[in-house]
Amino acid sequence: MTAVSRRSALGIGAGALALVTVKPAAAQFVRKDGAATLEAIRAFTGGKEAAPGKIVMDIPPLVENGNSAPLKLDVPGLGDGVFVRRIGVFNEKNPLPETVTLHLGPRTAPRVQTRIRLADSQTITAIAELSDGTFHSATADVIVTLAACVEG
Amino acid sequence: MSASTQAMQRDDVQNPGMLAAGQGEALWNAQPPGGGQSCASCHGDATASMKGVAARYPAFDEATRRPIDLQDRIRACNARRPGAPDMPHESEELVALSAYVGLQSRGTPTAPDPDPRLAPFRARGQALFERPIGQLNLSCAACHDARAGGRLAGALIPQGHPNGYPLYRLEWQGMGSLQRRLRNCMTGVRAEAPPFGAPDFVELELYLQSRAAPLAVETPAVRP
Amino acid sequence: MARALVNAPKTAKAGEMMEIKTLISHVMETGFRPGMDGRIKPRDIITEFACEYDGEVVFRAALHPATSANPYLAFETRATRSGPMKLTWRGDNGFEQTETVDITVE
Ligand code: HEC
Ligand code: HEC
Repeated sequence: MTAVSRRSALGIGAGALALVTVKPAAAQFVRKDGAATLEAIRAFTGGKEAAPGKIVMDIPPLVENGNSAPLKLDVPGLGDGVFVRRIGVFNEKNPLPETVTLHLGPRTAPRVQTRIRLADSQTITAIAELSDGTFHSATADVIVTLAACVEG
Repeated sequence: MSASTQAMQRDDVQNPGMLAAGQGEALWNAQPPGGGQSCASCHGDATASMKGVAARYPAFDEATRRPIDLQDRIRACNARRPGAPDMPHESEELVALSAYVGLQSRGTPTAPDPDPRLAPFRARGQALFERPIGQLNLSCAACHDARAGGRLAGALIPQGHPNGYPLYRLEWQGMGSLQRRLRNCMTGVRAEAPPFGAPDFVELELYLQSRAAPLAVETPAVRP
Repeated sequence: MARALVNAPKTAKAGEMMEIKTLISHVMETGFRPGMDGRIKPRDIITEFACEYDGEVVFRAALHPATSANPYLAFETRATRSGPMKLTWRGDNGFEQTETVDITVE
């Protein structure tokens, strides 16, 4: 979806109402393919394979406004002496694939919360780098609904 | 409203509205640039003097013989301070002060001013609420009474209560007053919105307040 | 100075994890958004957050335009020694702000 026009009329209900809606401000630019995302992930892992699992990403499957989606990351069940070095979060459709990069360490719990922007419905990928040199990934699909009745 | 938006409102450190309230507190205690009186010089500690105040606004204003809302009350107080620059509607300062004063009523049930002189204004507010407007020819009631709980282009249609304002709206990525919200609803149905501070707005606010009572004040709330 | 809210325990037992929650007012202008005049508004974001405690940066975050306005970050770090915890946000246009919390470890 492109956001060329700030206005688009959408029908609701049984075709009864047509209403001015606009895409959230975050939706001005939407990337069409994930090539840059794969590139950014490669840069983060140095080309190493990230195995699915171990890292848990919590983000609501349905987000009311793409300007702010709560994101929770956790890497439970780490072995003795193993800690999380970094967690990289990557998006598929925002103007830039990098979302947030967290640097943790032996003194920090592998649990972080923040809030991110989503230009459109898309898949989010989180990758954790552990102190033993392994990479682990999680993905989540998020649907962003349009805001109604906004300043236009 | 989704669980995550509610969680954002409930936890003060997660609620960006609390940043505005904090700015309001600083303004409350600060002298205006001219060196005149601060709000605190006359009103003292807001946590005592402003407790429950926002819950009963709009109130009857003796000076203008009309209802006045909290923002215009604050503007009037500000204008009486020599040397204090004007606080326009929707300015960061006014919204912050309103959020701070509103916060002192958080949890207090909305309590409409019983002054009988307000009755005709409240009735006018109700008429405005029920009158179809805009190119879509929809009244506020058509959405907030008849279709509340339904969905509009993905957004949940709320009951249209005013008890969380001023609040942080994710769509705005910032704070706004109830009038800003009402203007959004008006442009939503392609109606011409009156200017900030217009009597129509204050009358609508007055009706919305009586319609919402006794819901507790939630200022500063968070909305999508 | 930007307004910031920090929630951290004033006292903690040695060895336990302390939850630190931070919120700071910032527009996080993405650099991809047109303004009223149709021209793209220049990027103005916080690019880095760091928590320094007991002689070390224990947590750091690199932020991008995809971080929501008024950035919120919550993390946990282990209580080691009594002393100041320094929370610093840095960003475009020389933005820099530090909040200090004094932690007492029993
Ligand atoms: C010179 C003294 C003075 C200063 C300074 C002042 N006020 Fe007031 N304020 C009053 C008085 C007197 C009233 C009572 C209503 C009236 O006469 O307008 C009032 C009423 C109010 C009310 C309504 C209270 C109620 O119970 O209905 C609010 C809210 C308020 N002021 C906020 C502020 C704020 C915010 C500031 C700072 C920008 C401020 N005031 C500065 C004197 C002052
Ligand atoms: C076409 C349907 C529609 C009409 C007509 C409409 N609104 Fe709304 N209104 C909405 C929706 C949808 C929202 C919530 C949008 C959101 O938060 O994403 C809303 C939000 C509100 C809110 C905020 C409620 C809250 O919990 O913060 C108020 C107050 C409100 N409307 C009042 C009005 C008034 C007064 C009118 C008439 C001038 C009106 N609305 C007309 C759909 C409508």
